[in-house]
Amino acid sequence: MSLVKISGLQKCFGDNHVLKGINLDITEGEVVAIIGRSGSGKSTLLRTINGLESIDSGELDVDGTALHDGKGDLRALRLKVGMVFQQFNLFPHLSAGQNVMLAPSVVKGVGRSEAEATAREMLAKVGLAEKFDAFPEQLSGGQQQRVAIARALAMHPKVLLCDEITSALDPELVNEVLAVVRQLAAEGMTLVMVTHEMRFAREVGDKLVFMHHGRVHESGDPKTVFANPSTPELANFISSVM
Amino acid sequence: MAYQFAFAPVFDNADLLLKGAGFTLGLTAIGATLGIGLGILGAISRAWKIAPFDRLFAVYVELIRNTPFLVQLFFIFFGLPSLGVQITEWSAAILAMVINLGAYSTEIIRAGIQATPRGQIEAAESLAFSRRQIFRHVVLVPALQRVWPALASQVIIVMLGSAVCSQIATEELTFAANFIQSRNFRAFETYFVTTGMYFLMALMLRQLLMWLGRRFIFRRAAR
Amino acid sequence: MIGLQFTFWDILRNLLSGAEWTIGLSLTAFLLGGSSGLLILFARISKNRLLQGFSRGYIEIFQGTPLLMQLFIVFFGLSLAGIDVSPWFAAAIGLTLFTSAYLAEIWRGCVESVPKGQWEASASLALNYFEQMRHVILPQAFRVAIPPTVGFSVQVVKGTSVASIIGFAELTKTGSMLANATFQPFMVFGLVALGYFLLCYPLSLYAKSLERKFHVTR
Repeated sequence: MSLVKISGLQKCFGDNHVLKGINLDITEGEVVAIIGRSGSGKSTLLRTINGLESIDSGELDVDGTALHDGKGDLRALRLKVGMVFQQFNLFPHLSAGQNVMLAPSVVKGVGRSEAEATAREMLAKVGLAEKFDAFPEQLSGGQQQRVAIARALAMHPKVLLCDEITSALDPELVNEVLAVVRQLAAEGMTLVMVTHEMRFAREVGDKLVFMHHGRVHESGDPKTVFANPSTPELANFISSVM
Repeated sequence: MAYQFAFAPVFDNADLLLKGAGFTLGLTAIGATLGIGLGILGAISRAWKIAPFDRLFAVYVELIRNTPFLVQLFFIFFGLPSLGVQITEWSAAILAMVINLGAYSTEIIRAGIQATPRGQIEAAESLAFSRRQIFRHVVLVPALQRVWPALASQVIIVMLGSAVCSQIATEELTFAANFIQSRNFRAFETYFVTTGMYFLMALMLRQLLMWLGRRFIFRRAAR
Repeated sequence: MIGLQFTFWDILRNLLSGAEWTIGLSLTAFLLGGSSGLLILFARISKNRLLQGFSRGYIEIFQGTPLLMQLFIVFFGLSLAGIDVSPWFAAAIGLTLFTSAYLAEIWRGCVESVPKGQWEASASLALNYFEQMRHVILPQAFRVAIPPTVGFSVQVVKGTSVASIIGFAELTKTGSMLANATFQPFMVFGLVALGYFLLCYPLSLYAKSLERKFHVTR
């Protein structure tokens, strides 16, 4: 059974028809890599999955929490869907530990000591146990992004969305973040990532989704699809980025 | 018994109010032109550290920005004559407005000049611009473009602030209002209408300044 | 008063007691204006169209008309309403309204300066609007708001001088009376200006140093 089910999803920004009817099923534990040129709608698609972009029409269902034509319980949806951003978006006025503790305490009402224990566990998971009291400005980009991952994980989401999470990083910091993602994939976390890291998508992904002009143009097993793209658009795209 | 509002006794004096508004706008026009001119000089002295003017302007800016306009006006109008300098209420009002706006625009324009990206100047130098050309085309005009909205707001503040010039009997809008309410005993209505006039004048002045900015300061940028 | 001989110390003593009223009026206007400004701010940034429109109009009216007119309207308006107003009361109300409009607008800028990503990150963690405001947006806006708020206090102190025109005997009004009585306007208004400078300059310096500190930590 699929964990995330998207059908007939449409989205416009004014006259600009960004998503023209997306159908996509994601099963539990699957790692989905979404690729495509800029403007193809890949980031918008990702952002609709936790309601950061509203949906004009179509269905979105995550583990039984559904939005019909954009209407439904956003808070319940977001409790199941975590997100990591390109620009990290850590809260600059809070320490790394407090960044991770905030949502469990405020949204779920978890007690202080329990929230702190979870935060320490999550920071340890991303290799930053000793940075609990550091503030974002004292951390490197790669460390900030790992804190952002820990912050999302602390809500125990069913799905984690990653929106070009290595694009804002200096090249030498990319691998420490990808290593964390690789480990999450190995632990069975359901991941949906928009990425430019084609090699990573091929190695770690279970499914590759190629977006083109607001549609899922081609999808399938990354190794097969990369080796034998069946549409000229994907073949073109692959040859232009690799 | 409930108070009966009566605006007719105010509108009977529309001619006085309009004349007063005209004088307020005239004062503002002169004050703004000279004040911004003074501000440009001040900003240049401050930004390029032209001794001794940079220090003088620094002291002047702090003195003016940290004292009320009304006190500056009284100091000029009542204080200067005791030193033997005779001054009319009109010159005192204009002088006070120029000095006041000059201080604020020195700071505003200086901030604009200092926001010039270093690379712009280097690019102009590498294209063999002279120092004067660099100053005019690469520093001053873009700086004025950057800070024009802030300067426009400051001019409006000075226009609204000029209401206190009525206290030295400069016959601008508030003076007219004071005069009218002393005869019709309709203080609230008179000041209500006058406030509305100031509000409209502020709106119009902003439009005018933005138009002037587009017409003369952003001209090159628009093409 | 005419005919009395004023020594320099008499003048200074009178000006100092005028300055006390200036300080009292400034503090009142700043504290009351700050708290009502907070309400205006919440209306301004709320999602309710009506509240937004009201607060916008409020801010535009107080920023688009002379402070002197605002004081006149409060002074004469309240007495029409049958409330016997002292110049002190009218000045306190007028300056409070004036201050609240300006502070609300300054603070709105601070709230809007919080990057969009902060809203998105907190939304993605399932925080609702009030939780986002309380835990993520306002704490950051607050830090940005301190320097311009201190800076605006200078405008409040200077604004109190306008209250002299409706007859409130603060520093400027005291100065005018002394200038008339002593025939020494140059010295008296010089001292008055010095008094304001001593009140305002430290605030200006403090605002500037806060701003610099803020830029360093950013």
